[in-house]
Amino acid sequence: MGKQKAHIQFVLNGETAEVAFAPHKTLLEVLREDLGLMGTKHGCELGECGTCTVLVNGRSILSCLMLGLDAEGQDVKSIEGMANGSQLHPLQETFADTGAAQCGYCSPGFLLVAEELLKKNPNPNRETIKEALSGNLCRCTGYIKIYEAVELAAARMRGEEMELPRASVYGLE
Amino acid sequence: MMRLPKFEYRVPRTIAEAVKIVGDVGPTAQFVAGGTDLYPNMKRRQQTPRTVISVMRVPELNQITGDGKSGVRIGASVTLTDIVEHPLINRDYPVIAYAARTISTPILRNMGTIGGNLLLDTRCNYYDQNYEWRKGINFCLKKDGDVCWVAPGSSKCWAVQSSDLVPVMVAIGAKFRLASTLGERMIDAAGFYNDDGIDYLKKRPDELLVDIHLPPTNGWRASYQKLRRRGAFDFPVLGVAAYIKFENGRANGERTVRDAKIVLGGIAPSPIQIAEASAALIGHAFDDEYIQAAAEAAYVKARPLDNTDFVMNWRKQMARQYTLRALRALAVSD
Ligand SMILES: Cc1cc2nc3c(=O)[nH]c(=O)nc-3n(C[C@H](O)[C@H](O)[C@H](O)COP(=O)(O)OP(=O)(O)OC[C@H]3O[C@@H](n4cnc5c(N)ncnc54)[C@H](O)[C@@H]3O)c2cc1C
Ligand code: SF4
Ligand code: FES
Ligand code: FES
Repeated sequence: MGKQKAHIQFVLNGETAEVAFAPHKTLLEVLREDLGLMGTKHGCELGECGTCTVLVNGRSILSCLMLGLDAEGQDVKSIEGMANGSQLHPLQETFADTGAAQCGYCSPGFLLVAEELLKKNPNPNRETIKEALSGNLCRCTGYIKIYEAVELAAARMRGEEMELPRASVYGLE
Repeated sequence: MMRLPKFEYRVPRTIAEAVKIVGDVGPTAQFVAGGTDLYPNMKRRQQTPRTVISVMRVPELNQITGDGKSGVRIGASVTLTDIVEHPLINRDYPVIAYAARTISTPILRNMGTIGGNLLLDTRCNYYDQNYEWRKGINFCLKKDGDVCWVAPGSSKCWAVQSSDLVPVMVAIGAKFRLASTLGERMIDAAGFYNDDGIDYLKKRPDELLVDIHLPPTNGWRASYQKLRRRGAFDFPVLGVAAYIKFENGRANGERTVRDAKIVLGGIAPSPIQIAEASAALIGHAFDDEYIQAAAEAAYVKARPLDNTDFVMNWRKQMARQYTLRALRALAVSD
């Protein structure tokens, strides 16, 4: 206890990471403050918004409610690990294409949960997408464009063409 | 950042090691599983253990064994997602999979466990607030204060039992296995919860919840209905679990109810069994006349207080509606 720092090793975005931090810190605090990765956002810090989501061994978890210590030896993916070099993930592209991000504060969480969903289910219907994303709040874009971005990315990843509804692209005419 | 207070973290690998640590450290130690209840409470300084003992790396707490014929045991550290997705639970205990799926959000269910859910702290609008907010009202009886703001004349805390699985476990007659350095004991879910928002469990602080024993599925059926504001995130402000068992064979072409239970959650410090609802159903055909009488009994006995979301009188009204729904769901799925 006291001032002593914990020291752990884990896989972060595909690379081995080592970090020292105060042992009562959450993974969110460790990522942002000790590793300098600001992509993972902090909102409520109480489990009520989903913006701090990261994938641990492929499963979405809230980094505001997980201890940094529990990341020891695990495989953690944050939003910084989603693109492949300069090649955006199809979901990142469709979020941009459909305007699924306004301020973008919720996007890291939505993107990672959507990635987890599409790994399990490459062809989800709207209801499935809604349920999978129901732990993430967005306060400005609204959810329709986010659902459409997931549908569009899923289609592109399956190698299919998909047209967005006219109203989504041009608004109500 | 809303930070956790400092604490010492221990990660035992066996039940024996876990109960020894808590026995040695004493009342300043607390177990943690998924942390989705404890860590928010620690950030708000509602709970302030000095030693936190994880139960997530104990293999015996992480398994589901058995089947509907013999009964199923679910380890306390099994996550809610694993329960929602478990083929055997879905086949033999659909009510458990359904109720688990109504809890919180998919991400929180990846972290939260069944054990943590059954031991969930009671909730109240005057208590689930950050430290400064609570200090602003001079705290309350449950933590750091001496008045109950919900019932100022009361010497008792009325914080609400808010787990979705608790009413279901009580209704179907599940049992819990507890372990400590003194040995093990089994306790019925029905006798496990106290009608007191502070001392809400029969579990001693030094006892570890090991697993949950579901009874064999010998002909009973059960359902759950949850009231909340949003379709995700929100705790139940009323949860109704219904359980029915029929006599073998039929009288005049109708099946007679042999046993029935209605259990309400989300309205009092403990789950509330409605004995009058059972009495209204047992010995009769399972038709709407008796179902309505049972729902009326639930309405009369439901006495929510003004310490959660929604107006309390409306929640009381909803006890009738949600009991009707829970029972009718059992009538159609013949
Ligand atoms: C935004 C939000 C929404 C939520 N919505 C719901 C909801 O709709 N319905 C609902 O029921 N819950 C809800 N919850 C509460 C909680 O997430 C769940 O109840 C969850 O299942 C708790 O499990 P856990 O493993 O995270 O518990 P933890 O926080 O790890 O533990 C909870 C309690 O149990 C004790 N404990 C845990 N395991 C053991 C053990 N094996 N032996 C002895 N003691 C133990 C801990 O000391 C603590 O007191 C919500 C929480 C949040 C943050
Ligand atoms: S019921 Fe009363 S004592 Fe209990 S948490 Fe609420 S205000 Fe505090
Ligand atoms: S910051 Fe973690 S859920 Fe809101
Ligand atoms: S884009 Fe601003 S919160 Fe979602």
